[in-house]
Amino acid sequence: MAAGATSGGSATTDTYKEARTWLLLPSWVTLSILVLAPVIMMLIYSFLTKEFRGGVIWEFSLSAYDQFFFDRGLFGDEPPKLEWTYISIFWRSIWQAGVATLLSLAIGFPTAYFIATRSEEMRPVWVFLITIPYWVNLLIRTVSMKFLLRDQGPLNDFLINIGLIDSPLHIVNTNFAVQLGLFYSYLPFMVLPIYAAVERYNFSLSEAAADLYASKLTTLRRVVLPAIKPGVIAGCILVFVPSMGSFLAPDLLGGAKNFMIGSLIEEQFKGNAGNWPFGAAASMILLSMVLIILMFSARQQAKADKAEG
Amino acid sequence: MRHLGEAKLAENKQIAIDVRDAVKRYGDFTALKTISLSIMDNEFFTLLGPSGCGKTTLLRMIAGFEAVTEGAIYLFGDEIANLPPNKRPVNTVFQNYALFPHMTILDNVAFGLEMRGKSKSEARTKAGEMLELVQLSQFSARKPSQLSGGQQQRVALARALAPQPKVLLLDEPLSALDLKLRKAMQLELKHLQRETGITFIFVTHDQEEALTMSDRIAVMSAGEMQQLGSPTDIYERPHNMFVADFIGETNLLEVSVDAINNGRAVCHLGGGHELTCNAVEGVDIGSKVHMSIRPERLFMSENPAETESLKGRIKENIFVGTDITTIVDLQDGPDFVVRTSNSDRGNKRIFEPGTEMYVNMELGAGRLLAD
Repeated sequence: MAAGATSGGSATTDTYKEARTWLLLPSWVTLSILVLAPVIMMLIYSFLTKEFRGGVIWEFSLSAYDQFFFDRGLFGDEPPKLEWTYISIFWRSIWQAGVATLLSLAIGFPTAYFIATRSEEMRPVWVFLITIPYWVNLLIRTVSMKFLLRDQGPLNDFLINIGLIDSPLHIVNTNFAVQLGLFYSYLPFMVLPIYAAVERYNFSLSEAAADLYASKLTTLRRVVLPAIKPGVIAGCILVFVPSMGSFLAPDLLGGAKNFMIGSLIEEQFKGNAGNWPFGAAASMILLSMVLIILMFSARQQAKADKAEG
Repeated sequence: MRHLGEAKLAENKQIAIDVRDAVKRYGDFTALKTISLSIMDNEFFTLLGPSGCGKTTLLRMIAGFEAVTEGAIYLFGDEIANLPPNKRPVNTVFQNYALFPHMTILDNVAFGLEMRGKSKSEARTKAGEMLELVQLSQFSARKPSQLSGGQQQRVALARALAPQPKVLLLDEPLSALDLKLRKAMQLELKHLQRETGITFIFVTHDQEEALTMSDRIAVMSAGEMQQLGSPTDIYERPHNMFVADFIGETNLLEVSVDAINNGRAVCHLGGGHELTCNAVEGVDIGSKVHMSIRPERLFMSENPAETESLKGRIKENIFVGTDITTIVDLQDGPDFVVRTSNSDRGNKRIFEPGTEMYVNMELGAGRLLAD
């Protein structure tokens, strides 16, 4: 009997394993075709030689990366100097995405906290309301934002009418406009993970802290935040990563001066003026930057978890 | 020791918590109907009642987690009803312990001390002493999730006691523990209360736990206080049917009062049976009321005893370890439950099912209930 039961058990396990393999197969195939293959293609293209009217010549070359980091003069015969143009675009992207992330956090955190502390029936309603604007296409939303923010737009009209300012604020074509655009584009990605974390939070911990003489602020800092940190980190990553590679908001709201890495890459593949290997190389550099940031945050998280045991 | 409880209260003790005409309403629903009670300094006070009776609400009002709709609460003479929880020198042991999961055991216990302005090292030293008191020093570097339920419970206790509160509030702290551990913790809590001299306000739905631990018990039901008294009071002299039924096991009989002479009430129960017991205030001749008789106050014999006897037939004997519970069928009357202690078998008889015999009790074993 015992032996029979045991073998029956392992047979079930085998069946599960087999079923799992088959059930996971569609995901693996899709992910391989849509994620892995493009990345490998991009990696290969970044090491090829550019064709002048777009496209590539199948010949190994490091020139794309060389062009990104080094300046060898107009005819490529001078001793290499560090090329700041692209690095500064890169740096600006990190900066813009960082500010957008902080803005999202500043607005998203209280929003998420508010939703998570509503009654159980009201929470889904609030989440639904948050997502409604995002049913509209991102391009349309970004263009609308430009109209809202421009010198003769409703925002400036309003501020002048209530007498707060005398002449319109120039918001469009500034870094700030881009930050606003990015913030608006990705806000739900901040709200939703934090909401999920706060909803799981055990509020009797806050009561315990208050019972032990902690003020509201101390309770937030020492008890609530550590408990919902994973949600906050997830939200920050989900806003920061797409913001960094974004090109719609910087193109439409930032103008030529506020170029970001996403726009730079986009340019390389548009029309005949592009440089495919260079675009691919810039993409690879962006991808590795993002991976490094993700790995760093994952390691921090693992360290914190280990400390918590 | 229990009989000393009342004597202790009679001394000129300070009132630790004074609840005056406190009412709690949530919209149209009244969770607590005008409650007034005084809890003495150094007292082990229990709020006892079934779930939804308002006992936890009252405790949370004292802690400051629930606002008082009407009335006032005083802590050693100071009005505290409008203070936020972090401004009240009382601490709580929560039902689910509510230990901070990301902090070590030591930091959990040190938290309240730090919040009261102690330096980190001072708080930790003091917290270490508290952990020694609850015998958990060896776990001070661990996280709450690495401890068993009983250990977590003791950490919660140490954490609440560390800032030396004037009153300790305990919200069903033992309900998640298994029976054996619960019994051990009951004693430990009682000792801790004696050692520290801190007033304990203990909330439970477990009447046995309340009887074991308390100096005084407030029995609550449906947002009202049903009776306030020592465990002996509440067990032996219940005021009403709810208290008699809720505390311990009892035979509840419908009786009509035939006569009252010299403080004795002669009561009639169905089938021509008659019982005499002490008269109580509010029960007059002719009234139909309930009588409560504890099963352990009854004994059986072949012939009627000199005191009170009722003729009956044995239905069933149930062995329950320390006792034997016997169910007796009174002819044309209600069933009786009789409990015979196994240690008393020399004096008291057990009969086979079907045997005709007499159920006896002393005068005064029955207790008339006003409602």
